[in-house]
Parts: sequence; structure tokens; C-alpha cells
Amino acid sequence: MLAKRIIPCLDIKDGQTVKGIQFENLRHAGDPVELAAAYARQGADELVFLDITATHEGRSTLVDLVRRIASVLDIPFTVGGGIQSIAAVEALLQAGADKVSVNSAAVRRPAILNELAKSFGNQCIVLAVDGRPNEEGEWFAYLNGGRIPTELRVLDWVREATDRGAGEILFTSMAHDGTKGGFALEITQAVSEAVSVPVIASGGAGEACHFLDVFREAKADAALAASVFHFGEIPIPSLKNYLSNHGIPVRK
Amino acid sequence: MSKIAIIKYNAGNVQSVLHALERLGKTAIWTDDPKEIQQAEWVIFPGVGEASSAMRHLRERGLDEVIGALHQPVLGICLGLQLFCRHSEENDTECLGIFDVNIRKFNAGAEGLKVPHIGWNTLQDLRGPLFEGVPESSYVYFVHSYFAEKNKDAVATTEYGEPFAAALQRDNFYAVQFHPEKSGEMGRRILNNFLKIKH
Repeated sequence: MLAKRIIPCLDIKDGQTVKGIQFENLRHAGDPVELAAAYARQGADELVFLDITATHEGRSTLVDLVRRIASVLDIPFTVGGGIQSIAAVEALLQAGADKVSVNSAAVRRPAILNELAKSFGNQCIVLAVDGRPNEEGEWFAYLNGGRIPTELRVLDWVREATDRGAGEILFTSMAHDGTKGGFALEITQAVSEAVSVPVIASGGAGEACHFLDVFREAKADAALAASVFHFGEIPIPSLKNYLSNHGIPVRK
Repeated sequence: MSKIAIIKYNAGNVQSVLHALERLGKTAIWTDDPKEIQQAEWVIFPGVGEASSAMRHLRERGLDEVIGALHQPVLGICLGLQLFCRHSEENDTECLGIFDVNIRKFNAGAEGLKVPHIGWNTLQDLRGPLFEGVPESSYVYFVHSYFAEKNKDAVATTEYGEPFAAALQRDNFYAVQFHPEKSGEMGRRILNNFLKIKH
């Protein structure tokens, strides 16, 4: 039976992780390759690396980093953050990334999704959407880390994006991100029901029961989190045991 | 002279296979030269991409005939498995016909089935040398929208909407729908098993 996936997310700046992890003694707290290997040992199902480097120069560092990660890691990983062009996607996939996620590039020019899917196959292309609700409770896509609103309704946008070729949706609720109060269950369920591709839920994980809810109620196929994993607050093995005990299929 | 040949064609993802082989302490050549392929002790046919353009590419270079005539152990991965079959629904493509089974697309409408099939799923009904030391219900990583139906050549089955062939074997031809190079320890074991199969 297909397992629900647990996906830690690592922020990368200039080829280094922004934070280390607290659950293991690592020699180099900022080395993404060491962190990635540690997460794989812990039972992470996939990894996401989010590049938050501001400068253009940092981009080639990212390709080198992807190459190093790919040589060591035996589970799939996705790279995202500031990916703007087909050439950039090609470089990252050729360097060994399994999937690439795009956000603002697709908002600015949705046809890029068609082009990417045609060149590389839809299974390599993840659409990342950062969402917030308006006063009426309707969710809209935001750019720049959830700061700049667009006119795109989340549900319309994810439908359009998957029609154009996105093979997976990574939906982050910016209203829940960092709060540790749980994932945004209703909108995540709506996204999951709106598209026929897998959906990765993100934003708000604080306790093991939040993951249970997002799988059981919101019907997410995967859940992404960062600090609860980095700071050892929810060890992946005990999270998976908890989920399994509650009837959620997980890889153990 | 390298003993492992990875077939070079227009369907990507060779990097992960090369890295996985490195992690096993093996080197391979990546080639579309018929002689080099024929002389290898093991041949790997990986693939991520689209069936019709891959078959066109193989036919243009005569690789379809080269592959079909190989006598050493050959392993098809993902699209590689699909191209080993008879016909694929993906753009109505005639494939290599090594396995007598057709490739169909998962039905996305059916009870909320998500397509592509992405993630870790279990292997059942394991048979043959590829799966030595691999327990029933082991998890491996899948990412695909098309699949081979269960048939007499299936040596592993997985359930997604319906049971399908996760692995095929006939004579010296082996194929896996999942990505052993991305399936952690179990994937490593399966790849290693393939590289222990003697001519």
C-alpha cells in the first residue's frame, strides 16, 4: 500500500544550511550533505532543499551542492527557491535532483509549466504555492515568502497548474507556517480534492497529531516540516510509529 | 574495461544510477555504442521520460535490435521496463516486445487515485534472484503514470488502484518499475543482486 510521506525541508543559503539540526552530533552543522544523510538514516521519505540565497552568484553553488547531495543520498530529493528558467531546471535535474519546485516563475508565466513538463516530464515538476486566506476565508496565492498577494485563487491556480503539467503540488499555508498550531486542514483538503496529482502539505506542524490530521482529514499525500524535525522535537521514527499505530500507512 | 554498461539515450536520470553504482563500489560506462553494450557483463537500461520519443531515438540508432539480442543480464528501470513491453498507451507506442504485456495509464478519476503514482509502496509475491534477501512488503520508491499489468513474467507485484507488475523477468531480461537507486537500503540490495547474476 502506498505510504504517506514525511518530508523534512532544509533552507540553503550560499550552499550551506541556514540552521543545523539538533538530533545528532554532526561535525559540520551547516553541511547539507551531512544533514541529508542524517535525515535519510532517520527514515525521511524525501527531502526538500529550499534555496534562499539572494544573489545570482549563489545559483551555481546550488548546482554543485545538488551534485554532492545526489552522490550520497539514496532517497529522492527536490530543490526549490528562486528557480526562474528552463535552463536552471535542466542544470539542477542533470546535477541529480529528482524534482524541482517552481513558484513565482510559474505565477509570472504559467506556460513555463507546459514547457517544463514537455521537456522533463510532469513527475519532475512540483508547483509550490504559498497561500493566505482573505477576510472572507477565500485563499489566494502569495509571492515572496507569503508577503506579496496575487489575484490567483489557490484552488483555481492549482487546477490550472496541474492541467499545464505540474506533477505534484506543495501547498504551504503562510497563515500557519511557524505557528506550530497544526496544518491548514480545510484548504489542504480542498486542494487535495481539486487536483488529481499528489499534494504535499506544509506549514504549521508542531505535534505528531498534526501530521495525523493532515493525512486522515485533509487527505494530503505527504507532509513537509522544518523546525520540528531540525530541533529534534518530533523524531521521525517516533512520528512514524505514532502514525502507524493510528492506521496511517508509513514506510518503516 | 568496464563490465557494466548503462544505455545512453534520450531519457534522462542516468546520474542517480551512476551514483548508486558508485556507492556499491562499481563503475559503469554510459554508452550508445552497440559494441560496448554487447561486450558488457551487465547492461542497465534506465529511463525517465516519454515512451514514443524514446522508442524513436532507439530505432534511429539501431539500439532496439541491439537490446533485443543481448544475452547477458539486462535491467530495465522505470521507463526502461515500459519500453521492454509490447505496447504503451503513452502516445500509442510500439515498444521492444521483450515482455508480452502492455503498458496502461493509471486511471486518475477512480476513487481519488492520484497520478503519477509517487512515493514508497510495497512489493509482494517476490520471486527470483533480484529479490534475494528482500522481505515481502518491503518499500521501494515509485514515480510513474503508466504501468504493466500483472502477468506471467511478473516477479514482484505492487498495489495501486489495482495490483500491477512492479518487476518483470524473462530469461536474461529483468525490469523494475520502481527506482532502486532511490529506494534506500532495499534498493541498494536489489541493484547489488542484479550485479551478482551471472551470464
